[in-house]
Amino acid sequence: MGTDRTRLGFWLLIAPLAVWLLALIVLPHVGMFLVSLRERVGVREYETSLANYAVFFNEPLYWNTFARTAYMSISATALTLLIGFPIAYYIAKLTRGRTKTTLFLMCLIPFWVSELVRTFGWMILLRETGIFSGLLQYLGLVGGPVEMLYNDAAIMTGLVYTSMLFMVVPLVTTLDSLDDSLIEAGYDLGASGFAILREIVIPHAMPGIVSGCIVVFMLSLGNYLTPILLGGKDSLWFTGLIYDQFITRFNWELGSAFGFLLLGLSSLIVFLGLKLSGQSLGKTMAQT
Amino acid sequence: MSQVPDLECRAISKSFDEFKAVKDVSFSVPQGTFFSILGPSGCGKTTLLRMIAGFQKPTGGDLLIKGRSVLEVPPNKRPVSMVFQHLALFPMMNIGANVGFGLRQRGVNRADTKRQVERVLERVGLAGVADRPVNSLSGGQKQRVAIARCMVLEPDVLLLDEPLGALDLKLREHMKVELKQLQSEFNTTFVYITHDQSEALVMSDQIAVMNHGVFEQVGIAKELYYEPETAFVAGFVGEANRFSARIDSIDGGILGMVTPEGRTLRGIGAGQGLATGTTVDVFVRPEAVRLSRRHADLSAMGNSGQGQVRNILFNGANSQLILRDQTTGADMNVALPQTGEFRDLAQGDTVHFGWEPQQTRVYPGAGGRHGN
Repeated sequence: MGTDRTRLGFWLLIAPLAVWLLALIVLPHVGMFLVSLRERVGVREYETSLANYAVFFNEPLYWNTFARTAYMSISATALTLLIGFPIAYYIAKLTRGRTKTTLFLMCLIPFWVSELVRTFGWMILLRETGIFSGLLQYLGLVGGPVEMLYNDAAIMTGLVYTSMLFMVVPLVTTLDSLDDSLIEAGYDLGASGFAILREIVIPHAMPGIVSGCIVVFMLSLGNYLTPILLGGKDSLWFTGLIYDQFITRFNWELGSAFGFLLLGLSSLIVFLGLKLSGQSLGKTMAQT
Repeated sequence: MSQVPDLECRAISKSFDEFKAVKDVSFSVPQGTFFSILGPSGCGKTTLLRMIAGFQKPTGGDLLIKGRSVLEVPPNKRPVSMVFQHLALFPMMNIGANVGFGLRQRGVNRADTKRQVERVLERVGLAGVADRPVNSLSGGQKQRVAIARCMVLEPDVLLLDEPLGALDLKLREHMKVELKQLQSEFNTTFVYITHDQSEALVMSDQIAVMNHGVFEQVGIAKELYYEPETAFVAGFVGEANRFSARIDSIDGGILGMVTPEGRTLRGIGAGQGLATGTTVDVFVRPEAVRLSRRHADLSAMGNSGQGQVRNILFNGANSQLILRDQTTGADMNVALPQTGEFRDLAQGDTVHFGWEPQQTRVYPGAGGRHGN
């Protein structure tokens, strides 16, 4: 009786998650996978083959874009970590009470407006007739208007800016749980600041670093708006290619194949990242 | 033995804004001494220890280790090591890496580090655990690892910040003996802070009792217990019954006093400015009070009275009686002798009590700064 009721409770609690996973994740993916295996041989005539995947490997533009997206996403993740770590350390270890809450909120505030508006904000700053360009001209540092949009640096800026919060939050959480006396003990035993960072702080923060990196990397790899708006026509972002196939060319078969390749790529890179850092997904998720 | 003390503080003080945590404390600790600083929480003892370790900068005074001022030396360069309250072992390293941490920072090569780590672990009785994770050890073993981690660096002074506080009672009793043994084995100067008087009394060669940022008294355990210099020490070290009274006669060394309730007391002065009419605090230890069923046994003692047993706090050899004094109506703690004579004593019985004036210590006070 008791166990029956517990079991019913379990199923009721798990139901929303199960429905969500099944209806919104599993079913569309199965459908998409089936679509990606169809090859159009005539009007409304299809055959099962791997032709769509072959297209990807035979067209350098596609896999170059693919590699470039991966490389840029990894760089964005690394950059976010580099900028986010000192911020998180400062918030977690060097501030107390009110200041801490305020700083944390300040990291959150940009997320009160939509991503589109935030990206337009960057465009207003960076474009040829924008604020930076105007300021440089006013100061006499440049002769004419400067275009700062539509290059890799602009994409990178946008990606780092968009994902900063997702790095800072897990880092602050893990660094918060680092006992100050461990750092003091390190100093007391003769360690330099750098040795403490390397031997005590970073090993302790590793789960936070890994989970932050996974989230930021996924967000960057799957980002569409930021690379397209800030990078323009030359952005060459893989999500842009997928969008083109689905919306512009009505080639759902190739689009689906691209989608699956992206899924495989992100899984592979996350797996390699976990292996390299010696962390396991379970451990990372348990600690943050 | 060198003549230069291992640790010397000269009028050291620390203020946080308006609050003075440590006020002009001076003391010196000779080589090889187990020196305890005993005080209630908030008395400034942790601040003092952190200043010696270098985590806080004194606002005044000087701090010398082996005769050299270390005020400008950062904590990672000071020849002192600290055992933290919660030990602060590094959970991300195994035991060997924990103990070898300090040596690695000094650039000692790997083979030497390994050898020294093994040797120090052996000395604390934990040979062969170097490859195990920290959490595989019990509380007492972790304690020894924490000490080994410091001792491997051969510091001039080892600071211990209430390291026994987190242990359970039985283990704490055991570790007291063990710490003392380790100290005499390493022959290093230990500075130990605690709020637990029994830890301080059992282990220390020298104890400083600290209150409100000053040392009330520095001495060996016996002195603190039998000859406390101030009312605070009398009340804080060991147990004591305290009376407020006024001096009405001085006869040689013996002071005659009367409490507001009308009990007369006789005791010896232990402070300055004790004149007729002064308001004083009078302390007498529970074990100094003798009990008897007959008044005649006790009438020769300087202080005597009759009381009713309110409660018996049975605790084996440390059993106590709470007696209500029939003259004053106040409660007194009296140690219950375990000779069998009072085994049948029950709540509500009436007994006589008495104690000698020599065991009654009188301090100027009454709600003064030593009020406790």
